[in-house]
Amino acid sequence: MMKEQWMEVLNNRPIALDTYEMTLHGKLASSMTQPGQFLHLKIGDGFRHVLRRPLSIADVDQEDQTVKIIYKVIGEGTKWLSQAKPGNQIHVLGPRGHGFPVENVADQHIYLIGGGVGVPPLYYLGKQLAENNRVTAVLGFQTKDAVFYEEKFQELGETMILTDDGSYGKRGLVTDVLESKMDLYYSCGPLGMLHAVTRKLNDVKGYVSLEERMGCGIGACFACVCKTTDPNDERGYRKICKDGPVFPAKEVVLWQI
Amino acid sequence: MADLNVSLPGLNLKNPIMPASGCFGFGREFSEFYDLNQLGAIVIKAATGEARYGNPTPRVAETPSGMLNAIGLQNPGVDQIIEKELPFLESFDVPIVANVAGSTVEEYVEVTEKISRHPVIQAIELNISCPNVKEGGIQFGTDPKTAAHLTEKVKEVSEKPVYVKLSPNVTDIVEMAKAVADAGADGLSMINTLTGMRFDLHKKRPIIANETGGLSGPAIKPIALRMIYQVRQALDLPIIGMGGITSAEDVVEFLLAGADAVAIGTANFLDPYICPNVIESLPNTLEKYGFSSVQECRLKGE
Ligand SMILES: Cc1cc2nc3c(=O)[nH]c(=O)nc-3n(C[C@H](O)[C@H](O)[C@H](O)COP(=O)(O)O)c2cc1C
Ligand code: FES
Repeated sequence: MMKEQWMEVLNNRPIALDTYEMTLHGKLASSMTQPGQFLHLKIGDGFRHVLRRPLSIADVDQEDQTVKIIYKVIGEGTKWLSQAKPGNQIHVLGPRGHGFPVENVADQHIYLIGGGVGVPPLYYLGKQLAENNRVTAVLGFQTKDAVFYEEKFQELGETMILTDDGSYGKRGLVTDVLESKMDLYYSCGPLGMLHAVTRKLNDVKGYVSLEERMGCGIGACFACVCKTTDPNDERGYRKICKDGPVFPAKEVVLWQI
Repeated sequence: MADLNVSLPGLNLKNPIMPASGCFGFGREFSEFYDLNQLGAIVIKAATGEARYGNPTPRVAETPSGMLNAIGLQNPGVDQIIEKELPFLESFDVPIVANVAGSTVEEYVEVTEKISRHPVIQAIELNISCPNVKEGGIQFGTDPKTAAHLTEKVKEVSEKPVYVKLSPNVTDIVEMAKAVADAGADGLSMINTLTGMRFDLHKKRPIIANETGGLSGPAIKPIALRMIYQVRQALDLPIIGMGGITSAEDVVEFLLAGADAVAIGTANFLDPYICPNVIESLPNTLEKYGFSSVQECRLKGE
């Protein structure tokens, strides 16, 4: 199977405050079938930036062989990405990791719970789940200008937007509105949010997607580990890039920082 | 085609390129990208007496042309490595170098004793230079007497040649090299990472949870070359050189500085195919600069 490719930038546009959506084209897109996996992107020319940036897959169009990623400009790497123009080539390693399990999920009422740039992978996931399930999206952002993809999620099911400052949607945290009568949840966002979500939905089966600074992105360097909750677990840890980034909510420790 | 063979204590290399310790795990992940038989050798992740979880995260941060890491020697422990990881490597026709770490002389000795007896292991790389653990590692690598004592003890029990991996975090690298050479080291491996820091402007604290980390990548190449050159002027011992290598041209530079073979670390993260790519372009690059073999290029460096 293909593991890497120079993909062509078709589109790269701001969709919210400091937030960009990039569309990449190439054969590699055919292998991006599992929601929740990530792409490991090379930044800049040569070896000036020695670390790739992991970015989750936000959407894939198999017919057009395109993939969308959404990123927030926070450092030099993402700044470089934001300056990419249509026609530019970006080297992509991936798709990497284990994504959200969706097989045999049917006739369930499912929460998609996202925070900030944790929202994107939930969209590709939601598109797949909405075919056979009822989906409710609960999306938290810092402020009105940071909100994106609201209409897209509305096409999948009921969508609630929350902002920290109340400038759009409901004021507050995603956990303020969560109810535990759901069958299943999938969540991606900051660690603090994930921790609060897993506690609030303690009795509901769920999956969380974790983020961490990565070295290799393929499981060889031990940069991206997290602890497991089970004291009898054979290894005691998981590699986020290889065993994850998605884990059953109860498998990993979310409160270490 | 230029001859790439290199013969070193314990290591008959079909080419002088090997992935560096800690950047290649135990080979499994990279075997999904290419046939590991192409490699000159493989240096596996550090082994300690017991399993170690390592440092809290974040463990890595990018720097200009480099990166900081503070993994903290996470590994499953020598027994698990022997039982679970080495059998996988047996299926390849590539010499394996075991990187050995510890907190005490006893731990280093115990790990060496166990792992050097395994048939797949052809040499030991004695890691006295990890800057990322509180105990052990670097304090063995910054004091010549301590380093010499450890080398002696490890040599007593090792069934395979011992390459001592030197730390660049010292004032006088030649003094360190001489101390371990006199203590019986069969070769040297250099350099490990340089201690460094970066700060997160939003959180106003170090990016790396361990605060400091080891700097690697192209940023440290000039320092590695200088140190190898200085040690080569003083000693005849085989040197495995590393620090920022990303191309066949870099390899030629390291050979000219006095290295006998080289290891590639950080560059594997950006380009998983970097080792086979460098191996493939090495013959032409050597010829381009007028060398018919690695050996000839290496001797030019004396
Ligand atoms: C993530 C990471 C982990 C490392 N782990 C080890 C290790 O376990 N043992 C060791 O001796 N060196 C370790 N090193 C040091 C490398 O083997 C090498 O000496 C150093 O990175 C310089 O080479 P480079 O610039 O090609 O990476 C590690 C380096 C990195 C970047
Ligand atoms: S980034 Fe190297 S193990 Fe995950």
